[in-house]
Amino acid sequence: MFTYTIRRLIFAVPTLLVISFVIFALLDLAPNDPLGELPLTIPPEVREQIRAAMGLDQPFLVRYVKWLQQFFINEPLNIFEQLTGWHIGDGNRMRVLSWATRSPVVDLIVQRLPQTLWVVGLAYLFGTLLAIPVGVISAYRQYSIFDQIGTFITMVGYSVPTFFTGVVLIVIFSSYLQWFPSVYDTNLQVRDWSSFLEQLRQMFLPILVLTLYNASQIARFVRASMLDNLSQDYVRTARAKGVKEKAVLLVHVLRNSLIPVVTVIALGVPTIFSGAIITEQIFRVNGLGQLLITAVQGADLPLVQTLTFIFAVLIVLFNLIADVLYGILDPRIRYD
Amino acid sequence: MSGIKSLLTAGVTTIILATGGTAAHAGRGSDGEAKILFWQAVSTMNPYLSGGSKEVYAASMVLEPLAGFDPDGKMFPRLAAGIPSLENGGIAADRTSITWKLKPDLKWSDGTAVTAEDVAFTFAYCTAPGGGCAQKAKFEGVKAVEAVDPLTVKISFSKPMSYPYAPFVGALSPVIQKAQFKDCLGEKAAQCTAANFNPIGTGAFVVKDFKANDVVTFAANPNYRIADKPAFSTIVLKGGGDAAAAARAVLETGEFDFAWNTVVEPEVLDAMLKKGKGTISTAFSTTVERIHLNPFGADPALGQKRSTKDAGPHPALSDPAVRKALSLAIDRDILVEAGYGAGGKATCNVIPAPANLASSGVDWCLKQDIAAANKLLDDAGWKKGSDGVRAKGGVKLSFLFQTSTNSVRQGSQALIKDWWNKIGVTTELRNVPASVYFGGDPASPDTYKKFYADIEMYASGFETTDPANFLADFKCDRIPSPVDGWQGGNVGRICDPAYDALIDKLSDASEPQARSEIIKTLNDLLVNGGYVLPLVNRGEPSAISNTLKDALVNPWDSQLWNVADWSRKK
Repeated sequence: MFTYTIRRLIFAVPTLLVISFVIFALLDLAPNDPLGELPLTIPPEVREQIRAAMGLDQPFLVRYVKWLQQFFINEPLNIFEQLTGWHIGDGNRMRVLSWATRSPVVDLIVQRLPQTLWVVGLAYLFGTLLAIPVGVISAYRQYSIFDQIGTFITMVGYSVPTFFTGVVLIVIFSSYLQWFPSVYDTNLQVRDWSSFLEQLRQMFLPILVLTLYNASQIARFVRASMLDNLSQDYVRTARAKGVKEKAVLLVHVLRNSLIPVVTVIALGVPTIFSGAIITEQIFRVNGLGQLLITAVQGADLPLVQTLTFIFAVLIVLFNLIADVLYGILDPRIRYD
Repeated sequence: MSGIKSLLTAGVTTIILATGGTAAHAGRGSDGEAKILFWQAVSTMNPYLSGGSKEVYAASMVLEPLAGFDPDGKMFPRLAAGIPSLENGGIAADRTSITWKLKPDLKWSDGTAVTAEDVAFTFAYCTAPGGGCAQKAKFEGVKAVEAVDPLTVKISFSKPMSYPYAPFVGALSPVIQKAQFKDCLGEKAAQCTAANFNPIGTGAFVVKDFKANDVVTFAANPNYRIADKPAFSTIVLKGGGDAAAAARAVLETGEFDFAWNTVVEPEVLDAMLKKGKGTISTAFSTTVERIHLNPFGADPALGQKRSTKDAGPHPALSDPAVRKALSLAIDRDILVEAGYGAGGKATCNVIPAPANLASSGVDWCLKQDIAAANKLLDDAGWKKGSDGVRAKGGVKLSFLFQTSTNSVRQGSQALIKDWWNKIGVTTELRNVPASVYFGGDPASPDTYKKFYADIEMYASGFETTDPANFLADFKCDRIPSPVDGWQGGNVGRICDPAYDALIDKLSDASEPQARSEIIKTLNDLLVNGGYVLPLVNRGEPSAISNTLKDALVNPWDSQLWNVADWSRKK
């Protein structure tokens, strides 16, 4: 298993390099102008100078190699220096700078990460915790009232987009009932009981929207996987041997059913980091998703490039984790 | 919660002070917190590195120029002691220099003195090579900025300037602190993140916390020159969402006090306004939604020559009768009603404001007249065919009409297509994403400057009260072409020797009355010649809460120009 993991990690390096090149090339080819949003009153020669200050006047390959150096050498060195307090060289390294803010991209990401982990991460956790019992009961009592209602809600949650449920919830709970704020206060610091309650209030709606979506998706998987296993021979054998129904269901069937579900959950983890782009935008949660969408709108290519690449790394990594988990959970699968 | 607490304490203080004194403003910081929403989040606090209105407005709370504009377009001194003029000797008789005097005892928010050196440094900062200063155009023609003494700064121009107030007037060219930015010249500008996010200024507020592309927290400047201002102790400027959500946060839920640029469909806005929590104020500046009719051939068969002089005149649009008929057929009031509501005014002027420059010689086009348009075309020999489309000599009045992707613009396109149908003109509509259409990529065939269409629509205006540079863009030699990399400003490809001659006259004229006459004539030339079809004077709408006092929108300066005067309605 260990050598397998190492081998996969080594293979990931060229894959990621190719991915980074493809992202860079696609972004470069995309007909988007970082100066497109500037007022038309700014004359062309000034625009040309702004472009040059961004480094856009250099050829494509030069810019790509520069980004590689900044991202793979300068940024890690910088993090290392900050962690250890040591200084390597003169410290005057060019970092990956965002065009819109003219500040280091990595600092922006570090600033945004906690909100995304809290809101989107909690929603993913709640979604998973909710989905498993719902899926199990739905499958065990197939076509019961619970299953019918559960199926209805999960189908709605799965098929109605979050930008719709989000706005509907804002109109009902923020505009009409005024129970929850419609704008996420990113300056709020949890210091005491009341600020904690305030934080809960503002996290409620975005988490609700995302939980519904995540739970629906995973519950459908759990239900299907449970149904597959419930009709297996080993279940009949267990029952024939007089094993208690609870043990049959929760020990034998659930464990076996969770194998594919765990893969699905693991593969979904990178989406936590990429943030629920739309939901963050609607509730103005200052997470990574919102950062990405503002960067895309403003054609802030270094930011888009770096964020997209980090997501690519996470996807490759969690694919590997899913594969490894699969091997651990299912004794039939051996990689070596 | 801390916000509510400080509001409470603020409220208590106000009550105490209000019972004790008679002052309208209870004192600095007595009104607690105000919340502003920009649905496009602020990326940096340095207007020289961004150029976007959102950054310029946010920075205007901290950084100030020598003078600003009030809502009527009148200049008033900010850091300067007075406005230099020819009469008071501030402007040299030969108009090659202007001398500003600073107010005495001015302090930066860190407590150090503001001197003429800072002003001179700001010029050096923006003109340093490699810095990519977005406001460089403000310093065009400036030869040198020198500190004569600590309170006197002299700006010399390389040629006589008829309008010497471009540098350091208005929110686009504020003064920055030399001590803070002295190591940030040229290519190093982008690396000074701390200074760019938290510039030391002279304005009513200082940056307390800056989260890029998200939220800025301001606190009252302890060294602000007016002792009892600002009334708010903190201001939170939040970004993100969209225009409708921003309007909702002020008008419906009341979570915010001020939301800028709330361009929302009139019927949606009406529903929000019914809640009675706030109002919409629109700043009408010079932005005019207009149509350009391509005077050059735009047929794809022309290949590289398309939309350039080499393509020859447009087979139909070069006829003045056609141009005038197209303008007459448009009902501008309906365009406003359908797409802009209180955020727009029908106009036939390219220069709709300031009031003393707005011409009335073009008002013939304000009233839709389908019959007159039809007659014009009949008289000019354009005959209706069996398909209802007019033609002459094998040339059909069938046009490709492009604009940027935007629901209001597509609505206008559809209405205009319908009206033109009534005069026997058929149109094919097309829309291009704004980032491409207004993008500067010379390789893209879809930019508004390439104008690979017969007709196109967009909006533009000018940012000061002086339109000389803006009008000069309609000169013959500014027509975009492959030679200049499609960069020229004359998108409408207007070439009129009489116009060019008048522009030269304008740059020589200095007397305000004479200038305004020339500007009006230039405006009339553009419109009556049918070169430009002005449609709607577009305002910048802001949603303002009823609890906010003295927030005035301003078409000539930052929308937050008088944030120092804002206070809470009791």
